[in-house]
Amino acid sequence: MLSKEVRKQLISVVGEKWFLDSPNELYVYSYDATPLYQAMPDAVVIPGSVEELSAVLCIANEQRINIVPRGSGTNLCGGTVPLEGGIVLNINRLNKIKEIDQENLTATFGPGVITADLHKAVEAVGLFYPPDPGSMRISTMGGNVAECAGGMRGLKYGVTKDYIIGLEMVLPSGEVLKVGGKNAKDVAGYDLTKLLVGSEGTLAVVTEITAKLLPLPEAKQTMVAYYRSLTDAARTVQRVIADRIIPATMEFLDNGTMRVVEDFARIGLPLDMEAMLLIEQDGTEAQVERDMARIAEICRQERAAEVRMAQTSAEAAGLMAARRSALSALARMRPTTILEDATVPRSRLAEMVEQVNRIAKKYNVHICTFGHAGDGNLHPTCMTDERDKEEIHRVEQAFEEIFLAALKLGGTITGEHGVGVAKAKYLDLKVGTAGVELMKRIKQAFDPNGIMNPGKMFAKDTRRRVVVKSCACGHEHEANTEHHD
Amino acid sequence: MRADTNMKQTQNIMTEKSGKQSMQPGCDTMSLLGKFDMDEIMNCMQCGFCLPACPTYRQTGKESASPRGRIALMKGVAEQKLPVEAEFEHNMYLCLGCRACETACPAGVPYGSLVETAREVVESTKKQSGSQSFLRKLIFEKVFPHPSRLHALGTILWGAQAAGLQRLALKTGLINILPRPLAEMQQAVGRVASPWERRKRERVMKPETAQPIARIGLFTGCIMDVMFYEINQATARVLVKAGCEVVFVDNQVCCGALHAHAGEKEGAVELAKRNIEAFEQAGVDYVVNNAGGCGAALKEYHHWFHDDPVWKERAMSFVAAVRDVNELLAELPELTFAKSLPIRVTYQDSCHLAHGQGIRNQPRQLLRSIPGVEYVELHNADSCCGSAGIYNITNYEMSMQILDQKMQDVEETKANVIVTSNPGCLLQMKHGVNRAGLAGRMEALHIMELLDRAL
Repeated sequence: MLSKEVRKQLISVVGEKWFLDSPNELYVYSYDATPLYQAMPDAVVIPGSVEELSAVLCIANEQRINIVPRGSGTNLCGGTVPLEGGIVLNINRLNKIKEIDQENLTATFGPGVITADLHKAVEAVGLFYPPDPGSMRISTMGGNVAECAGGMRGLKYGVTKDYIIGLEMVLPSGEVLKVGGKNAKDVAGYDLTKLLVGSEGTLAVVTEITAKLLPLPEAKQTMVAYYRSLTDAARTVQRVIADRIIPATMEFLDNGTMRVVEDFARIGLPLDMEAMLLIEQDGTEAQVERDMARIAEICRQERAAEVRMAQTSAEAAGLMAARRSALSALARMRPTTILEDATVPRSRLAEMVEQVNRIAKKYNVHICTFGHAGDGNLHPTCMTDERDKEEIHRVEQAFEEIFLAALKLGGTITGEHGVGVAKAKYLDLKVGTAGVELMKRIKQAFDPNGIMNPGKMFAKDTRRRVVVKSCACGHEHEANTEHHD
Repeated sequence: MRADTNMKQTQNIMTEKSGKQSMQPGCDTMSLLGKFDMDEIMNCMQCGFCLPACPTYRQTGKESASPRGRIALMKGVAEQKLPVEAEFEHNMYLCLGCRACETACPAGVPYGSLVETAREVVESTKKQSGSQSFLRKLIFEKVFPHPSRLHALGTILWGAQAAGLQRLALKTGLINILPRPLAEMQQAVGRVASPWERRKRERVMKPETAQPIARIGLFTGCIMDVMFYEINQATARVLVKAGCEVVFVDNQVCCGALHAHAGEKEGAVELAKRNIEAFEQAGVDYVVNNAGGCGAALKEYHHWFHDDPVWKERAMSFVAAVRDVNELLAELPELTFAKSLPIRVTYQDSCHLAHGQGIRNQPRQLLRSIPGVEYVELHNADSCCGSAGIYNITNYEMSMQILDQKMQDVEETKANVIVTSNPGCLLQMKHGVNRAGLAGRMEALHIMELLDRAL
């Protein structure tokens, strides 16, 4: 609960309209797109300028009030749930695209700009901002930066961090800081720009973003291949890349996911198939044609039952839309849908999918898998019901085992959703105790009072006791995995 | 368990925060809250895909004005973490009910019926505490269910127009004694049919030559038949030209959509029963309507009789015969037009036709088929115009913000005619044309009026 005095100060900064603390308003900022997490903030503040935002942080820092930065609230790691109360700091009003620099190929904009709107604006002048997270029609660029959002074009084009070259940020102290800029090369000091990307709102609040852009590829083609066996599909992915072709997109849907997507989108998917690959290549017309022909050949060699090239752009868009709706379409099956993003080196993809299926069976839970096959980033998705505590417990156990399996295969606990609260207790398994300690010291340097998004990234207290047989480094590790409830 | 801990945490905070205002859950309240379909509420996975589709979210940028936010609030109320009080009521009624979110929702959450239940809970709570407004009672219990009273209203309107009172009131400023929303909206009302015109309506209209290909019961609608009598006549003429026999079915009443949207479910169910009975007796092949809003409600009648198997059965046969006029015309042989209309035309979707019934292409096809017409697509055509039943009266400011945005898109089409397929949208578009200073350059018409002109 904020004191009357603080409340008055905050209102004097942003105005009454943009300070919310009525019961309904607080309630609707108590969640994000992550199932199972909910906690009430004490206030919601929506500043309209960097100055206002800085003043809000000053007050919060002085009064030791928690700050939870938030865009559209579409993240999947509980990153914007105000676990320990405080102020939800919504950045949506900072939504101006300030400049598209066609000489330096950069765009500079506020963090409240919607990802798809940025796409539209730069594509209108023949430029290209590749990261395209599933929620791009509503996610903000500020949120994309905070979580280092990925998407379907990651294989060829990389993720958010590969494009962010300059930031303006407000430190918890209220200080406004500019880092990076439009320079293609810049090694002046530590790379604070990249440090902020993926920092999940635990260090500072981003108020302006400069992204580098690419020329918009002139041609694009989409293809779909259906397989009777999962392993054949996975082998296709490895062989295409081993053949020195990097497609823009290589998406994978298993049979369970195909069924649900078909039920939703009615695009005529053959439901007797075990898996499908959705492949897209862009570039010059000649190159796209050559690559796609070669990829189709590899698909057939790897026993694809059917290979189909989209004949029209409408057909291509339809296929991609089907993949984009996969997550939400899965949500139709049961009341609660939990989506994870365990990621492995792409050569281990088939093994990982098999592990997921084995684990789902072991705990008797319903998991469908789809994801970005080209970059080994899978989305095992569990359909469950949060009201059934016993089942949820099994789901948690299954996911823990899935994370461990990914680590065993040299993968990671999260490829693109972030740690947030959902995976905080697994972080040390990936980065080690020394890694966690170093990260905590970095946070301490930015945020000595610990007001920035507390409870995220670092688990409060965990003791684990599970033997991880082999890890990325090849050694045997012993780690504690007993949970603290 | 992380889930447990956090949920508990929420609950603790909630009791701490709003415990004081929370109503005490008595027996009545419990049964009220039981009305919420928890499975459907839980089906919302909070992905946020609905946010960009929602006109009130786009206007305000606030989560509480989004479908995801409203569903979360319903869940909060159903779980008794939030009280049913003024703020909840405001949030539920700020929704236009356009159902654009249903089109955007991949999880298939039936938002429209959820928000109706939420309003029902609000209204029942108010009835229990005796705080429902007199005006509301008057409208929903004393006016809409009674066709004769609606027609009397029409006569008064006609009388006022005939006596030049409308113009006089406007000139003298007397108009300002009306509340602003009504004062402004009434200027958009066109010429209302006289009592004599309405009385001499032919009850059955048949094609001149050939045997009719179908017998149609025209659903005339309550507002439609009073304010837009001529559109019903035009609809009948178009259907006859298409080879149908058209019957103006006696004893039909308001479809009940406005009641259902406003949380007056009981009233809605009564009206549905009367309509089902009336059309059963008329022995028609199709029940055809020309109002997207009414059509969506008529097609949902079977959902209104959850615990009444007999009526549910009757409702299902009724629903099977319901067609929007655009939908039916698309199934019939192509119309032959007598005239060419050299105009540029654009189309504003009726929300309940597009999002509620999935009818998007048919009206566009019909418009394109008129000789001489140059059809141009309106940007964001399936985004609500802000009319939304009686929303432009109850939430005037928000409605006008949405309308002004809409008119910018409309103006960009440089069309001579903006066409819609629902009386509420038509009235709003007429008002929008006036507000945007486009009167004289642009005309707002119902699609049947335009087709009728070319036949």
